[in-house]
Amino acid sequence: MNKRTIPYILFLLMLLWHTVMFAQERFPRPEFESGYVYPEVQMPLQRSVAWEYIDVAVLVLALSVSAWLAIWKRSRQGLIWMAVFSMAYFGFFREGCICSVGSVQNVSLALFNADYSIPLTALLFFLIPLVFALFFGRVFCAGVCPLGAIQELTGIRPVKLPKTVEAVMTSIPFVYLALAVLFSAMKSEFIICRYDPFIGIYRLDAPYTMIIFGILLLVAGIFLNRPYCRYLCPYGVLLGIFSRFAGRHLTITPAECTNCRLCEEDACPYEAIVPSNEGQLKEDTARSRKRFIAYLLLIPVFAAAGGLLFHTMAPGLSRIHRDVRLAREMRIEQETGIAAISKAAVAFRETGETNEQLFAKEMEIIKRFRKSAPWAGIFLGLSLGISLLSLTVVRKRTEYKPHQGKCYSCGRCFRYCPVEVNRKAK
Amino acid sequence: MKVKRNKYESRRDFVRKAGKVLVAGPLIALPLLLSKKTYAKEYVWQIDPFKCTTCGNCKTTCVLTPSASKCVHAHVLCGYCDLCGGYLKEGAKTISTGAEVQMCPVGAIERRFVEEPFFEYNINEDLCDGCAKCVKGCKDFGNGSLFMQIKQDLCVNCNDCAIARNCPSQAISRVPADMQYRIKDRI
Repeated sequence: MNKRTIPYILFLLMLLWHTVMFAQERFPRPEFESGYVYPEVQMPLQRSVAWEYIDVAVLVLALSVSAWLAIWKRSRQGLIWMAVFSMAYFGFFREGCICSVGSVQNVSLALFNADYSIPLTALLFFLIPLVFALFFGRVFCAGVCPLGAIQELTGIRPVKLPKTVEAVMTSIPFVYLALAVLFSAMKSEFIICRYDPFIGIYRLDAPYTMIIFGILLLVAGIFLNRPYCRYLCPYGVLLGIFSRFAGRHLTITPAECTNCRLCEEDACPYEAIVPSNEGQLKEDTARSRKRFIAYLLLIPVFAAAGGLLFHTMAPGLSRIHRDVRLAREMRIEQETGIAAISKAAVAFRETGETNEQLFAKEMEIIKRFRKSAPWAGIFLGLSLGISLLSLTVVRKRTEYKPHQGKCYSCGRCFRYCPVEVNRKAK
Repeated sequence: MKVKRNKYESRRDFVRKAGKVLVAGPLIALPLLLSKKTYAKEYVWQIDPFKCTTCGNCKTTCVLTPSASKCVHAHVLCGYCDLCGGYLKEGAKTISTGAEVQMCPVGAIERRFVEEPFFEYNINEDLCDGCAKCVKGCKDFGNGSLFMQIKQDLCVNCNDCAIARNCPSQAISRVPADMQYRIKDRI
């Protein structure tokens, strides 16, 4: 045999060995003689699915009770007990999953992807609080949401932020919502769940970063009540929009407002009381109308700017997708010749896919991001424009009322109203 | 004056009603849109054992400690070897049940003599922490009858599974609740 053929033979042998390695039982199934019986594979099933439907029932019940407590019974004490119940049931007992806040992402994933069907309970968790908001305001926030409940109970010493800071901070949830919907629609990440601050506390088990974030929020929440609800909660944005058009809403006073201004100062830690402007001088109509039109025309400009901004940001945003991150790593490997060592890269090599296939996938994802991200920008531009426009409209108000979009229906303001105190005394 | 105020009231009323219809629209449209895409049963997370690369992320990234992902043994695939790649450390000097020769860092694999020359291996689930070392050993040197599965009775079924997010081979996906396990039935 020629010496040159040896490597080829070795190569063939190696190929053979390869097939042996991956296609065959290396060790045949033994033939037992002692009447041995194979043990069954233990497959303990999930805690009964029925619980999910019980959750929905409890949700409806809790929302109804909250609405009754906030609007008809007018009992802050009752709402606090509702919060305790929700913390115990949705929080500690059901371990906070699935919650309405996170269900936004399931809905978005199902809407924009053909291969995911949303579980009915997730859809109901998304819809029911919104329906209640449309009828009774944000009673979900008041005492049903487990995230809100834990903050409601720890907010002891409310401090007010300067109005400008408050205004800037309250715009964060819009960005959060836009990104969460975008990322879940792009099948990349559920950021609301990933950065959920309190789930670790409910589960009594979490990465330490999550616990630190949650505890920091709770500590901040002693002074800045409900920091998550006000400055982060993406579902609160939707609830706020629906609550603005609520049929019935919690009122500060049980009867006629006497404009005593007692609730003006510190009744509401969320700056959600809109004061009466009776007797205030009215601005020149022509001037205010002009301003209104100017801001109205600005709305499409903002929307276009937002769309453009997100269109240019799309490749950067797409990096949230793991395939894009992997492709970047492999490209660096290809260009510099330094082997990629991340677990994802190792697993990728094991699949036998080529770099080209991966890069093609990456381009596909970036293309999808380019197409979809502008909508998130348009949403942000529109909401900025509309909120600016609403500033130019001065409505005539004869009584002190909660701002229906911002009010959490927590009932803190009840005891500041002398009419209410009188009623209670009777 | 009174007439004017009434006009304001009605206009505000109109805006409110129009807004209500406008936001109620999506609320009604959404279930209709998703009616074909809702699923009465739930989803659970499960590992595809054929995609799993035994990286060990299951142990470290699950929100539970110890992880809900554990090793499962499909006995029908097992060779019942005395020299087991999943049970014994690489380079073990002796074949015994001594801790120093065991692959499993927590001693969760129990070895039992069946008949000459076969040994049965069972996973003690209470001890297993899902490090996947034995799975790797069995895959590399044996039949691959050991594999990772998420134990559904332990799993809290997070909406965003932390191990799925960190799985380098994307082996974890949502599966319908009526087939909660992906048991290995072939090599």
